[in-house]
Amino acid sequence: MRVLAAMSGGVDSAVAAARAVEAGHEVVGVHLALSAKPGTLRTGARGCCTVEDAHDARRAADLLGIPFYVWDFAERFTEEVVEDFVAEYAAGRTPNPCLRCNERIKFEALLDKAIALGFDAVCTGHYARLSTVDGEIELRRSADDGKDQSYVLASLTTDQLRHAMFPLGDSTKTAVRAEAAERGLGVAEKPDSHDICFIPDGDTRKFLGDRLGEHAGLLVDDETGAVLGRHAGVHGFTVGQRKGLGIDAPAPDGRPRYVLALEPVSGTVRVGAADRLAVDRIVATRPVWPSGQPLGGAQGPVECVAQVRAHGGISPAVAELVDGEVVVQLREPLKGVAPGQAVALYRTDAAAGDLVLGSATITTTG
Amino acid sequence: MLPEAVAAMSAALSTVGNASSLHTSGRRARRAVEEARETIAAALGARPSEVLFTAGGTESDNLAVKGIYWARRQADQRRRRVLASAVEHHAVLDAVEWLAEHGGAEVTWLPTDALGRVLPDAVEEAIAGDPDSVALVTVMWANNEVGTVNPVREIAEVAARHGIPCHTDAVQAVGSLPVDFAASGASALTMTGHKLGGPYGVGVLLLGRDVPCTPLLHGGGQERDVRSGTLDLPAIVGLAAAVRFAVAEQPREAERLAALRDELVAEVLRVVPDAHPNGDPDANGRLPGNAHFTFPGCEGDSLLMLLDAKGIECSTGSACTAGVAQPSHVLLAMGVDPVLARGSLRFSLGHTSTRSDVAALAAAIGPVVERARRAGLAGLRRSVSERSVNEQSVDENAGVNRPAEV
Repeated sequence: MRVLAAMSGGVDSAVAAARAVEAGHEVVGVHLALSAKPGTLRTGARGCCTVEDAHDARRAADLLGIPFYVWDFAERFTEEVVEDFVAEYAAGRTPNPCLRCNERIKFEALLDKAIALGFDAVCTGHYARLSTVDGEIELRRSADDGKDQSYVLASLTTDQLRHAMFPLGDSTKTAVRAEAAERGLGVAEKPDSHDICFIPDGDTRKFLGDRLGEHAGLLVDDETGAVLGRHAGVHGFTVGQRKGLGIDAPAPDGRPRYVLALEPVSGTVRVGAADRLAVDRIVATRPVWPSGQPLGGAQGPVECVAQVRAHGGISPAVAELVDGEVVVQLREPLKGVAPGQAVALYRTDAAAGDLVLGSATITTTG
Repeated sequence: MLPEAVAAMSAALSTVGNASSLHTSGRRARRAVEEARETIAAALGARPSEVLFTAGGTESDNLAVKGIYWARRQADQRRRRVLASAVEHHAVLDAVEWLAEHGGAEVTWLPTDALGRVLPDAVEEAIAGDPDSVALVTVMWANNEVGTVNPVREIAEVAARHGIPCHTDAVQAVGSLPVDFAASGASALTMTGHKLGGPYGVGVLLLGRDVPCTPLLHGGGQERDVRSGTLDLPAIVGLAAAVRFAVAEQPREAERLAALRDELVAEVLRVVPDAHPNGDPDANGRLPGNAHFTFPGCEGDSLLMLLDAKGIECSTGSACTAGVAQPSHVLLAMGVDPVLARGSLRFSLGHTSTRSDVAALAAAIGPVVERARRAGLAGLRRSVSERSVNEQSVDENAGVNRPAEV
């Protein structure tokens, strides 16, 4: 196959590309420039797409002996990921930009271009197992529980996954690093990237504040309706947030207070005790089914596992399709579940790895 | 590199001697440097004392632009204006912008016409507003991207009439066009080794004897006290051999390359009729080995990758440090639409280029443009699933629908 390897400059995508080469594919490496004004050097584990990252990707491609190019996707990335991120926060929702980037950039903008240029697949260093069984796509959790990235890939369509390649799905991060060192890849010891790549200093509230300005509102006790304080905009908060609420007086019962809900129109942030944060029912819209089969082909409610964020937030659940929406009843209540987040549904499979049934965007919780 | 340059450089590599030393081997080295200087001076219509060796075109451009500005400004504080064309190489462009940001300079950008040419009238007009405020004029001899040749002699004449020094970046011109420093009337001229089949990392600034220039690099003062640093003898000897050969061969080689280039342009336009050639269509107005096209609907990076895969190497605009192809500032200055500018490619022909190279390009360019166009459209598409089955079936590569395997 002709394979386009997306190379971020990190260890995972470098080893993924190496494995694609070794599997006998004709591989071309591409680094996506996602920032209009890239920094020169990497600082710590945050951010990406610096000139240094492009350099690291190029050096890995050199070592693998594959052609390498840098493609400018900054405009698409800004439109599809960054602006969406800001708009979602402004609307009081909590988006996942990595998921969005997979959906719209790596496996849409890049994949479309790759296919048009004559490639058969896009290869990335994601930790998830992808296979085709009897002509059907199966996306499963990685063999490395700690690194599993199936959650941020669960919203890809069958067509997108048919042209995807994740060579690291069966490996642990430790093994990948060891393999990188063995292959002589200079990025073997490079730190993992964390947080949001386009907010290199990690200060999401400031990033949003710079773009959305101040929209003052009230901080309200959800139970009593008492006004506890003022804030500069709902975009500064996420459901489940405890720190930085700016409440002077402690709660009467002495228990810490958390953000329970955001109301962007009135600018109200509702806070309350931790026990009020737990939800056991989720309704989610715009479902995507990697196998093409809603809920894995089941009629009626399905026993499954629900996951509401990239790491953690997992509970056994029963899911059902009601009028095109997914209704999920959680067996164990989850905290910090916000509209805008994706819920991914899995069928448990200890041997082969949990199978992704689908993913949908959370609209309401209760 | 030209075999003549390789031979001269190789021989020099095995001899020892620092041209700054006074002992026997030092004198031998010094002699080789001075012979190289005389060779280059003779080939380019300059006096040996006007030849300053540098580490290449970028240093020569920086030295000329900053050095002449500083010296002229120091002599008369009113001289703060730098007149530069908007299509200069980044070595000039960025040096000029640096002077504006950090050196108190004011830049007057000289416009070009739609072919990328700076007209003497535009220079006259820019000076005339306030002649006493101009420190220098800098206009390249021939454009590295679209190949357009500037009327350097007329521009230098305009500047000279006002007593203003004129620098020209002739990196692309030496070896491709007849270049005579004295006849050009320029005060300073940049050239570099690797563009004419010589070594990398060595170049020359031809600097008129009466042109004031403040050094960039301070130290031993090896080059007329304007440039310091131990001279790279093997590179200088290699450069001189390359200049001698390239300049001697220039008329014949230019004729050969121009014929090859005309064939290339005709072939590309035959296969891709809506491709748009950029720069001067008149063969006398452009570099003989340069062809430049805009391919509407294509992204330059797609074209580059597809041609590269077929063994054809070409260039988009200039790449930033991360390697991202930027829309060419030259095309933008010529008034080309930014989207079209992104779909532009330069083909350079040199002393190793042959008719079979042109034939290979002619055979490849049709399918490459067609495919790049499809990729350009794909960039606008919303989703993979919207791709029609029909479109996939015309794909040359079977297996597009094959599921991912690892």
